Amino acid sequence: MLRVLRQKVGCGASPAMIFGQALQKVLPAGSVLPRKYSSAAKEMNVREALNSALDEEMSADPKVFLMGEEVGEYQGAYKISKGLLEKYGPDRVLDTPITEAGFTGIGVGAAYYGLRPVVEFMTFNFSMQAIDHIINSAAKSNYMSAGQISVPIVFRGPNGAAAGVGAQHSQCFAAWYAHVPGLKVLTPYSAEDARGLLKAAIRDPDPVVFLENELLYGESFPVSAEVLDSSFCLPIGKAKIEREGKHVTITAYSKMVGYALQAAEILSKEGISAEIINLRSIRPLDRATINASVRKTNRLVTVEEGFPQHGVGAEICMSVVEESFEYLDAPVERIAGADVPMPYAANLERMAVPQVDDIVRAAKRACYRSVPMAAAA
Amino acid sequence: MAAAAAVVARSSSLSKLRPILRSFASSAASDDNRILTIETFVPFTGHLIDPPSRAVDTTPAEILSFFRDMARMRRMEIAADSLYKSKLIRGFCHLYDGQEAVAVGMEAAITKRDAIITSYRDHCTFLSRGGTLLEAFAELMGRRDGCSRGKGGSMHFYKKDASFYGGHGIVGAQVPLGCGLAFAQKYSKDASVTFALYGDGAANQGQLFEALNMSALLDLPVILVCENNHYGMGTAEWRAAKSPSYYKRGDFVPGLKVDGMDALAVKQACKFVKEYALANGPIILEMDTYRYHGHSMSDPGSTYRTRDEISGIRQERDSIERIRRVILSHELASISELKDIEKEVRKEVEEAVSQAKKCSMPDQSVLFKDVFVKGYGAETFGSDRKALSAALP
Repeated sequence: MLRVLRQKVGCGASPAMIFGQALQKVLPAGSVLPRKYSSAAKEMNVREALNSALDEEMSADPKVFLMGEEVGEYQGAYKISKGLLEKYGPDRVLDTPITEAGFTGIGVGAAYYGLRPVVEFMTFNFSMQAIDHIINSAAKSNYMSAGQISVPIVFRGPNGAAAGVGAQHSQCFAAWYAHVPGLKVLTPYSAEDARGLLKAAIRDPDPVVFLENELLYGESFPVSAEVLDSSFCLPIGKAKIEREGKHVTITAYSKMVGYALQAAEILSKEGISAEIINLRSIRPLDRATINASVRKTNRLVTVEEGFPQHGVGAEICMSVVEESFEYLDAPVERIAGADVPMPYAANLERMAVPQVDDIVRAAKRACYRSVPMAAAA
Repeated sequence: MAAAAAVVARSSSLSKLRPILRSFASSAASDDNRILTIETFVPFTGHLIDPPSRAVDTTPAEILSFFRDMARMRRMEIAADSLYKSKLIRGFCHLYDGQEAVAVGMEAAITKRDAIITSYRDHCTFLSRGGTLLEAFAELMGRRDGCSRGKGGSMHFYKKDASFYGGHGIVGAQVPLGCGLAFAQKYSKDASVTFALYGDGAANQGQLFEALNMSALLDLPVILVCENNHYGMGTAEWRAAKSPSYYKRGDFVPGLKVDGMDALAVKQACKFVKEYALANGPIILEMDTYRYHGHSMSDPGSTYRTRDEISGIRQERDSIERIRRVILSHELASISELKDIEKEVRKEVEEAVSQAKKCSMPDQSVLFKDVFVKGYGAETFGSDRKALSAALP
């Protein structure tokens, strides 16, 4: 294995350097994806993917700047912005006070003027302090001004549950932000997603809510040379079929894609071939890919980490009912976080977040392979 | 009032030339660019800063333009009042009449590269930034020729090519946005400033202090302008603010209190703070002003203040009357010439209203326009998506 010792992460954009940096990291134990590649394959974890994407976009466009709590001197609360302050200076990497409403408003105002801010929320739970600026100042401006005031801003940060952080630090905001016309909402899963979607988001002329996941930051994924190239970009509004299948469609985003892929492995041993769709984009939602898949498999399970009521799965189910009703051979199944504020105790937390067996069970139900639950049980 | 006497005492030697000048006065005066120095009605009060001089350099041309512009704004707002009552304007309509001197004085001190952002009480600011009466009335009536193509309404006027960034409905939100504009101006090395206007009601908003803190840390060229009309909707300032000295509320940020009914004082203050902000960072202006209408057209404006108070301000501090007295005492125009200007402006407004009434409503296809700059063909839907859907361009 190549060992290239480097002091700084994220400086210089050449694939060879990133390859070297990536390889020096030890892959985390229990990495979700089965390793199909030889040890010489290029791998990158999500943290590096985000860092390199930020670096490359800041290098390419002097209007791009980063602001948020601890993004500069601390190197990022989760080290996503490591090395950027040193490389780009304090004019472009701004440490803000702990004042989300104020700094988010400042970011949006800068975007009005034509700069391209990347506003980091330490977690999206804190974005609620600034949500008026995201919705009313950013999302709606281009429409209200009939195209005069566009807002090329990215709001990014970890979203959803981490581990043991409790009720106020664990909410998934995908459904809330995706509710609003004028926002784009992206949910990367793999390193390729992280790089391609963050670059697309920064280059996009509209406000983008970019929902990362803390527990994915350390996960490594194989990346091709194309992904490593600085011009790499993924289209916004297009889902990815991570695994093809015939019997049931499972939609998921962010961390749940990994769980869904594990569920697909388990299901395949029982003769059920699951098609796993990594949504990548919650708004615009790739209804075409989802419906095409359901028309092929005739069964659907939606998976999300967030609260169930009025969630992403509810929208997907409705879309399929509207467009592909005749193709459904079973009711749509929905796996979501439990309808409770996130508890702290490990066993309760485990019950509050979807697990692989929940997805397997729902898929079997959709395939009529399990005993139906008695109503009065 | 005694203030008028102070103005007369400072008038130039023109008074000796009275008989000769009178008949040529206004047509000459509106092109006349010789410097006149006129004192503001009241001095400025500073917080952590030495206030500028009360002696304001101006020209007859400028003073006459103040008169014309303020008269036009006054007429526009009064016309909007009628249109609202005839239900041609719907929803919210927040009128600015009484506060015209702030818009007009500020514009005289700055360039179109300096940015202005304000609240929903934005019609006159739009005009001072170069917007037309037709665009304003058409927007108010939701027509396609409105400045926001009928998509915004009263609270969402914009004119980006003149650095006017709206037009915001959420109280106080415009202040951090304005600090962001100033951030971008500094980042881009544009040597321009941003004026972020807000009311005495918004002055207590937390996000204002958050943004001011960051602006001070970063030395942003932003001027926070509190248009203190003494009432946040129906709540008098002393009931909402423990300290209604809004020019001092910046604490470590200097401030200046200004007679907001004196267009020359406003101009002087804005000139002063622009220079300050470019060199040093944020500063607060408090404009002592007054709105004749209620908070909006749904508010009669007389349940929380007396009619005597309103008429008292009209008599003693009205910005248009003050400029009229300055013009007359300096013999820049005659009484009848000023009345002619008012008639012209009235006619301008009436014509704009009638032209706006003839404008069509926006085409239905624009319902889905400008949701995004780049929609990638994403689907969007009407209320019944089976009946109405579109691809976002």
